[in-house]
Order: sequence, then C-alpha cells, then structure tokens
Amino acid sequence: MDIVWYLVLSALIFCIGALGVLTRRSPLVILISLELMLNGGNLALAAFARMTGTSDGQVFALIVMIVAAAEVVVGLGLIVAMYRSRLPMDVDEMSELKG
Amino acid sequence: MFWIAALMAVGGAAGVVLQRNPFYSVLSLVVHLISLAVLFLLLRAEFLAAAQVIVYAGAVMVLYVFVVAYVGGLEDPLTEPNPALRTAAPLFAGALLIELGIAIVGSGLKAIDTHGPHLGAGFGSPSEIGALFLTKFLFPFEVVSLLLLVAAVGAVALARPAASADRELARDRVSAGMSASSQSGD
Repeated sequence: MDIVWYLVLSALIFCIGALGVLTRRSPLVILISLELMLNGGNLALAAFARMTGTSDGQVFALIVMIVAAAEVVVGLGLIVAMYRSRLPMDVDEMSELKG
Repeated sequence: MFWIAALMAVGGAAGVVLQRNPFYSVLSLVVHLISLAVLFLLLRAEFLAAAQVIVYAGAVMVLYVFVVAYVGGLEDPLTEPNPALRTAAPLFAGALLIELGIAIVGSGLKAIDTHGPHLGAGFGSPSEIGALFLTKFLFPFEVVSLLLLVAAVGAVALARPAASADRELARDRVSAGMSASSQSGD
C-alpha cells in the first residue's frame, strides 16, 4: 500500500481525536481523544520511517508513546483528585485553577 | 489487510468519540490501538507494534479502565449545550481534515506514492531501535527517562493532598467530638 494512504489515515484519526476534544465535556473522554490524536501522529511517524528507510521515525514514535504514558498518568491522577474533591466532571465548569 | 486494519482503526476512533458511556469509549480505544499495531506491522515497525500492544493496549488501558470504574460510568451528553460551539466544533475538525489532506497531497514528496524503499532485514527490529537509542538518540532517551520519573513523582504528589485533607477532616471531627463531649460534661 502506498505511503500516502497511511498519511491520509493518520490525518483522519487525528481529526476524529480533535473532534472528540472539541465536542466532549467529560475530562476522561477528552484524555482518550488526546490519545487518538497522539496515535495519529505516531502512525504518520512510522509511515515516514518506512518512506525514508531509516528507523529514526520509529524512535520518535516510541518517545511520543512514552510522553503519552506520562500524560495519562498525570491526567488520570488529576481526574481522581477531582473526583475525590467532589468537583463536577465537566471541563466547562472547571474554569478556575484554584483547587 | 491494510483496508481491514484502517477500517477498524477509524471505526474504533469514531466509537471513542461517539459513545456516551466512557467505558465503551475505552473499549473502542482498545480496538483502535490493536488495529494500529497491525498497521505498524505492515509498515515493518515490529518493535513499535509490540510496544503499542504491551504499553498501550496493556498498561495504559488497564489504567483507564481502573479510573473509569473508580469514577463511575458517568453518562456524558454527546452534544454541546452551546449552539454556536455545537456547529463550530465539527466545522473546525472538518476544516482541519481538509487542510491536512491538502498538506499531504500537495507536499511534493516524491516517495509518497511508492511502497517505500527496499529494506534490510534489521529494519524496525529491537536491536536496531536499541542501538539508535544508545548512540544517536542518547540525549532524548535520558530526557524521556527523567520525564517518566517526574510523572511518577507528580502522580504521587497529586494523590497525596486528598489524603492529608481526609486526615484534617478526621482531626476536625475528633476535635469537634471532644468539644461536644466537654460541653456535655459541663
């Protein structure tokens, strides 16, 4: 399959993730949609690694994966902290940084 | 094979966004991640596919399922209450897709319409990725390990204040009970 199809697919996944971030209001679903966007980027990186014939893009994708794991840990920790302090699970109502 | 995996990846992604229950969103994300691992295998990124399945579909998804079960399956309204935002958000996503499509098709990369060059046997193997991590990308490797350490410490720090708040609450309750009992003693 041509490389361009992988890139089109990664753009589609990225946009579906962006749509989820824009429309959903639960912070949990927004985090999952962010994962979608990161995975779209990963697919593009792997496709470019295949296109150039070097493994550098795959190393980049692995680092993105690690950053995503760190983001999930901190984000889910925040969600659990929000749940414990009885805050509403809605990003529109959480417009202040004060805890 | 590509089309099956691509269809499943897009279907999983659409399921994430369109499911009301966060638990089903997480399950659709698992489908999406596994079909992405198949796509990585088609791109000869074997180590990346293995890491995807183990790290994402294994560890990260367990974390998500755990938090969804802890927070509870909150039904989340799919549509935005603000009517302007409700129309603007899909418009923005569609515009982003069109823009990215134009960028990809018009990028002028010559190799984009090929299957990629002929590859040696070691492409994408764990030994090649490991060698790159320890030679060419040594500094990003160390920075990323530091980032993981900071994230672990941050998660512990995020979990702690609630515990101390509980302790303060318990102390308040104890002191309130003591004052009440001393008042009743008077």
